[in-house]
Amino acid sequence: MNVPILSDEIAKGNSPDVLFWVGCAGSFDQRAQSITKAFVSILNKVGINYAILGSEEMCTGDPVRRAGNEFMFQMMAYQNINLLNQYHVKKIVTACPHCFNTLKNEYPDLGGSYDVVHHSSFLQDLIDQGKIIIKEGGSFKGKKITYHDSCYLGRSNGIYEAPRKVIEALDAELVEMKRCKSNGLCCGAGGSQMFKEEEAGNTRINWARTEEAVASSAEVIAAACPFCNTMLTDGIKVKEKENEIKVLDIAELIAQSI
Amino acid sequence: MQFIPQILFLFLLCVGVYLFSIRLIAIRRNILRGKSESLNDQPMERWKNLFLLALGQKKMFKNPIVAIFHLFIYLGFLIINIEMLEIVIDGLIGSHRVFFSIIPSIYTFLINVFEFLAFSVIVVCVFFLFRRNVIHIARFRSSDLIGWPKNDANFILVAEIILMMLFLNMNAADTLLQSRGVNDYSSTLTGNFIFSSYLHPLLNGYNNEILALIERASWWAHIIGVIAFLNYLPWSKHLHIILAFPNAYYKRLTPIGKFANMPTVQQEVLYAFQPELANQEITNAAPSTFGAKDVHDLSWKNILDAYSCTECGRCTAACPASQTGKLLSPRKIMMSTRDRAEEIGRVIDKKGKFDDDGRKLLFNHISEEELRACTTCNACVEDCPVSISPVDIIIQLRRYLIMEQSSAPNEWTMMFGNVENNFAPWKFSTEQRTKWIND
Repeated sequence: MNVPILSDEIAKGNSPDVLFWVGCAGSFDQRAQSITKAFVSILNKVGINYAILGSEEMCTGDPVRRAGNEFMFQMMAYQNINLLNQYHVKKIVTACPHCFNTLKNEYPDLGGSYDVVHHSSFLQDLIDQGKIIIKEGGSFKGKKITYHDSCYLGRSNGIYEAPRKVIEALDAELVEMKRCKSNGLCCGAGGSQMFKEEEAGNTRINWARTEEAVASSAEVIAAACPFCNTMLTDGIKVKEKENEIKVLDIAELIAQSI
Repeated sequence: MQFIPQILFLFLLCVGVYLFSIRLIAIRRNILRGKSESLNDQPMERWKNLFLLALGQKKMFKNPIVAIFHLFIYLGFLIINIEMLEIVIDGLIGSHRVFFSIIPSIYTFLINVFEFLAFSVIVVCVFFLFRRNVIHIARFRSSDLIGWPKNDANFILVAEIILMMLFLNMNAADTLLQSRGVNDYSSTLTGNFIFSSYLHPLLNGYNNEILALIERASWWAHIIGVIAFLNYLPWSKHLHIILAFPNAYYKRLTPIGKFANMPTVQQEVLYAFQPELANQEITNAAPSTFGAKDVHDLSWKNILDAYSCTECGRCTAACPASQTGKLLSPRKIMMSTRDRAEEIGRVIDKKGKFDDDGRKLLFNHISEEELRACTTCNACVEDCPVSISPVDIIIQLRRYLIMEQSSAPNEWTMMFGNVENNFAPWKFSTEQRTKWIND
């Protein structure tokens, strides 16, 4: 795969239009890596002038800040902002709503102001501009797809329509879960829960959300967040529905349809 | 002799307003014990929130049927206050239905509107009592409402029913006396009112003296009830009818996923990396505690939130942790914050200043387990009709746990270590960040 690294590009005298912020999940988590690859394959196909930070990228600090560790958050933010400003980065796209929220809403207070877009909005723009052309009779045509709203994309940043527009562009049938958009139920991973065992209760949050997704009778659960994806994939395994229902990121849906 | 009722009325009114003011001043003091936070920017946006969220009850309409029921009680409360104005003037100058002599042409129409609202309030309150106590709705049955909160809610509904019935009863007795041509009443011939005239058959059997006594007793009981209710309000969850307005106005206007920055920590980190750039004033300031362990470590807005909460439980019904049986309930976070603010207020009332009473919001009122369960999904904030944020309090308490007590679950401690050493929450080296490219 050809993936330009920002430091190399700058050394060559190039200045990429947009930085793709891969995020820790997108870099290290096996499931999320395929989302990253899918998104990169779209960027390459469309011919976007982009680059990634590669080994220079660090955690944005979202999980440590949400756990309450403000010191560590500030340390990560300081280092990332220094790097981004040094490279004169103007525009950032990311496939992770947690990175998106932190970069967009929390870094400006600390001296890091960039034009930050989530990949759902980015993909919607490319579709609207006619740069992404969906294959006739693509693999999701007529299929029932439900979309799970990520809290940090939806409630936190009001992005409800972009991912849905992307799904509709596939000629698929978008079916909503009982609770969606601003009423959507969390997958259970936010607030740094991803990195610890759930507190004692009578069920798990991701199981409860998976039940709602299964009840929508969709064949595909679309997500736009690597953490939601992990939580729902786990839920589908527990419900023993892996053969009937797939959990896919919207970038994967597009990558498989162009 | 004839002035005795007026003097008595004036006395009752003054005592009622005095006690109410004393209590409001104490609540204001309790709220302002919180840390200062400037929430005065963008006044247009703030007025818009006040009109839409508080006056317009926008969030209530997520559930239109309940919203309309609630609207009846709300309109009843607001509009019947015009009638209260007449009652107060009558009480002070010894007149009877003073507005009738000023606006005779629309007086009967106005009272009919008030009666319609009074009747609606009774119907809705009966329904709400039924819903709260008979129908099984989880948010009204959870353990955080056991005891006083449940009684408080029922008491308010019953009090509203009684007040409205007294109002209708007063009108019924009055119009019946008018029709009988009794002296004091026939001089203000308003004619019958639509709703109270249905009470006439119940009252018809009484003679004029008894009926006049019933009319006066209803009048007095109604106004004494209203003054008592006014003084019950600020001790009750029902205070939301007042505080919903400032709470909507002072709502934070930043995206709800944005956590408040901590400039002191920012400067300390800057000092470590680039000492020449750090703001010396902030860095040299007396070390403060990081995060919050008690209500006075919170912002005043957090405490205003707590006093604005009417314990409806929409937050807890939407909370993923509460729904899956975790200990966390966002409503209980707000109730605990208010309880602790009140507890501190009582210490101040007693001693004139706050002495450490050995208790804290964290641990004594809110446990670590509750705080650990929050996913920061903001569903509670989204669903709150009066712009309260339980998440904001949870985060400040979490900050105290981590930064002051180093108290974290083992997995989090490991995650912190990974972020610190590998710049990622998992144990992978930075070189591995691009491994996916060639896999």
